Amino acid sequence: MTVGALARERPAGRVTRVQALLWRRSWMRAALLLGPGLTWFVVIYLASLVLLLITAFWQINPFTTAIERVWNIDNFRTLVTDGTYRLIILRTIALAAAVTITDAVLAFPFAYYMARVASRRVQTALFAAVLLPLWASYLARVYAWILILNHDGVLNWSLLLLHLPPASLGYTNWAMWIVFSYIWLPFMIIPTYAALERIPQSYLEAAADLGARQGQTTWDIILPLALPGIVAGSIFTFSLTLGDYVTPLLVGGAGSSFIGNVVYGNVGIAHNIPFAAALAVVPVAVMALYLLGARRLGAFEAM
Amino acid sequence: MGDRLKRMAGARQTVMGLSLVLLLAACGGTSSNPGPAASQPPTAGMKPPTSIGTGEGQLNLIAWEGYAEKDWVQPFQQQTGCQVNAKYAGSSDEMVTLMANGGGGQYDMVSASGDADLRLIYGGDVKPVNVNLVPDYTNFQAQFKSPSFNTINGIHYGVSLQWGPNVLLYNKTQFPSAPSSWSTIYDSKYKGQVTIPNNPIQIADAALYLMKTKSNLGITDPYELTQSQFDAAVNLLKQQRPLIKKYWDLASQEISLFTNHDVVIGAAWPYQTNTLQAASVPVADTIPAEGATGWADTWMLGTKAPHPNCAYQWYKWISTPHVQAQQAIFFGETPVNSKACDEMEKLQAGSCAQYHANAPASYFNTIKFWKTPLADCGNGKSECMPYSKWQTAWTSITG
Amino acid sequence: MEGAWLRFALRVWAAGILLFLFIPIGLVIVYAFNVSTIQSWPIPGVTLKWFGQTWQDPEVRRALLLSVEAGLMATAVALVLGSMAAFAIHRFQFFGREVISFALVLPLALPGIITGMSLNSFFAFNQITFSLWTIVIGHATFCIVIVYNNVLARLRRTSSSLMEAAMDLGASGWRSFVDVTFPLISTALVAGALLAFALSFDEVIVTTFTAGAQNTLPLWIFGAIRLGQRLPEVNVVVFFVILITIVPVVIASRLSGGGAAGRVEAVAAAEEV
Repeated sequence: MTVGALARERPAGRVTRVQALLWRRSWMRAALLLGPGLTWFVVIYLASLVLLLITAFWQINPFTTAIERVWNIDNFRTLVTDGTYRLIILRTIALAAAVTITDAVLAFPFAYYMARVASRRVQTALFAAVLLPLWASYLARVYAWILILNHDGVLNWSLLLLHLPPASLGYTNWAMWIVFSYIWLPFMIIPTYAALERIPQSYLEAAADLGARQGQTTWDIILPLALPGIVAGSIFTFSLTLGDYVTPLLVGGAGSSFIGNVVYGNVGIAHNIPFAAALAVVPVAVMALYLLGARRLGAFEAM
Repeated sequence: MGDRLKRMAGARQTVMGLSLVLLLAACGGTSSNPGPAASQPPTAGMKPPTSIGTGEGQLNLIAWEGYAEKDWVQPFQQQTGCQVNAKYAGSSDEMVTLMANGGGGQYDMVSASGDADLRLIYGGDVKPVNVNLVPDYTNFQAQFKSPSFNTINGIHYGVSLQWGPNVLLYNKTQFPSAPSSWSTIYDSKYKGQVTIPNNPIQIADAALYLMKTKSNLGITDPYELTQSQFDAAVNLLKQQRPLIKKYWDLASQEISLFTNHDVVIGAAWPYQTNTLQAASVPVADTIPAEGATGWADTWMLGTKAPHPNCAYQWYKWISTPHVQAQQAIFFGETPVNSKACDEMEKLQAGSCAQYHANAPASYFNTIKFWKTPLADCGNGKSECMPYSKWQTAWTSITG
Repeated sequence: MEGAWLRFALRVWAAGILLFLFIPIGLVIVYAFNVSTIQSWPIPGVTLKWFGQTWQDPEVRRALLLSVEAGLMATAVALVLGSMAAFAIHRFQFFGREVISFALVLPLALPGIITGMSLNSFFAFNQITFSLWTIVIGHATFCIVIVYNNVLARLRRTSSSLMEAAMDLGASGWRSFVDVTFPLISTALVAGALLAFALSFDEVIVTTFTAGAQNTLPLWIFGAIRLGQRLPEVNVVVFFVILITIVPVVIASRLSGGGAAGRVEAVAAAEEV
């Protein structure tokens, strides 16, 4: 187990040094290790994505909805020219951004408390508390929000008890904003916490020694060091919101359609896979840009 | 995939033949002579079995909400050993997609409505059924033995099940007496308190309302709309959009909307009314003066059904008077088996008349049953809006 | 180091977030006892009947079993392939490494509906029948990334000098892996496996597109929500899943949260000295 024990087992020699060199440099080993995962990734995942992209340039038989391999760009033309789709795309991206910002704001002080203030015991408890909701069915939790936000729901019942006027949040875009922020919050807290926890105490002490005030330390040291974690979390909150269709379906109102709803409507209902594929290119492109930006901010190291 | 492509090629040829079939259907013909021009659906040549073999132990169904209830599924499972796996679909479109998903072969049967039947038949997703293996078939009301929506050239692609109207559901506190017109769901008085299904076929409901209230549009069939008639219906729905609290996708959503007073009026199935009334929510439903759209459902058999023997067992079971009566009362619809009326009375006095199980054929004719909108207007002209246009327009209304 | 009021404010904030996270879950539990199938607030009465009914519901059992099977298999595939890929990326410099490390994150970063529909077309194209296996393939695709990320993060935090020292002292690559690396990353593997299983167990969107006629638990839940008459059963199931998972969640948070990461670093630092 210990390094010392290893040394006693085998004397250092030229052969093992070569082996060690091989271990460090060899393409063979890299290929061997990476091979199965990469094959899976390329053969199944990338192949599927490419197939999807190709499908976007085909069309369907409008009656039987079978795919016809006639090359055209009509699907993309519809996307660009039809105002409805533009509106839906904008709505989706805007709400995904709003949810991401909300979660970052909610998560940062919480993660800070977890990482730098709470005792070890409280830290573990809070971590468990953040993880636990991930095990309680996503669908059941979204459904619980319907019960909270609808006209006779828990929220208005509580407001009535407090003699406050009722809110009408149910089946609106506000409801979607609240529910999305709720559902994805743990995905923001965990990486933010991990990033904050890794900041060496000595940095903060040094800052304090140099006379920095708390606000200054937070702004100049903690925030930049936590940023990769926050950005890593934002990849989840942004992408999960961008692709969701269940929450809009359950808690949204009239005019709450997301890209995901239109994609789902075309795949699962209308069976117009080419058009769904064309529309799916939008979130793929948005996420690709987002990921490139995130990588520059060091989020991949913090994921 | 190759299989699907072959079918596609076949389907393209049949679209022309199909318009002829639909023409006959529009004339009220229940079965048609196989004319030389009417090409056969892709599976027409498949020979149905002449006897039912031993069950496979499983049965995979695609059903409307409320069509695979414990009350009649459990005894079926006990008697036949066929374990029922039900998947619920909220629209005919979804059913067609599920049946075709992955090239078919997942599901045995689908409880398709009239607007899905022909798409399934001509898409090659369902195959001929031997109705002689279903003893209760002989007790079916005449118009459901070989209806044009599931029987083509004398070949049955399924066995009729139940039928009924789409109703106007309302809160009794807000409406002490039943609203007499569909105009209430277009009335700005109920801004933010209306719900209708999230389904392109809903355009037909608007068209039906316009057919009776704006005769100058010249609408004769709510599923066969010219560009101007279609635009009028879509405009009506766009004006209605600010009044809508939510376009419901799931039956339970409408139930929740009425329970919690988010809405006071909406278009519904009788299933919602029954569920709400069972929980003492003060609601009722009605068929307004303009009439109603409706459905006539058929259990169809998947071309690649993995459990055909259990499927035939299901055909036998679901057609018996008792089960027909159970489902009719549970969902609030009309059974096709003429012997179900007595069973309904036994289960719930007055239910036979309430759900029209003994009504004359003229009642059947007042309902505008769902069918797939085609470019062919049924009068030889192809200036009508095909269903793909309905879907696009629906997205622009609700999006 | 800073004022008591800041600590107080942080504490209040943390309490608020916990409330936000747990009020809906509390509500799910309350509705498991609802006498009515119609869900309104407050509940008209309390009953235990749904517990018996859910327990006897064969659909629930089958769905639960399928979810557990799919989750275990997807996690197993992910553990093997994900950790191997993490080693390769961490250990070796090679052409295309950056591209691969970027691309490997895609299944997690691209919306599930895209993974789902592309897999759906892929299976249909290759005439693969939907079954437990297609669910496993769909889930493993993103579970691999979870394990990969967890292991890679741990490897980055572990000083490579430990392995180098082992090899300098003559251990073979395999020996140094078994004796040095594996113990260091084992907690990351457990935490990654738990997270991967959790995501698989609760996955709706990809599963919708990759499952056949059989329901996983989330698909059954969606069906029950759709019908609207069996919602209390959903709440009972979720209640039990929460109860059962409290223990593994606490273990996971011990491993990846509170202490473990810090300890590994401390060990690594000590060895370096």
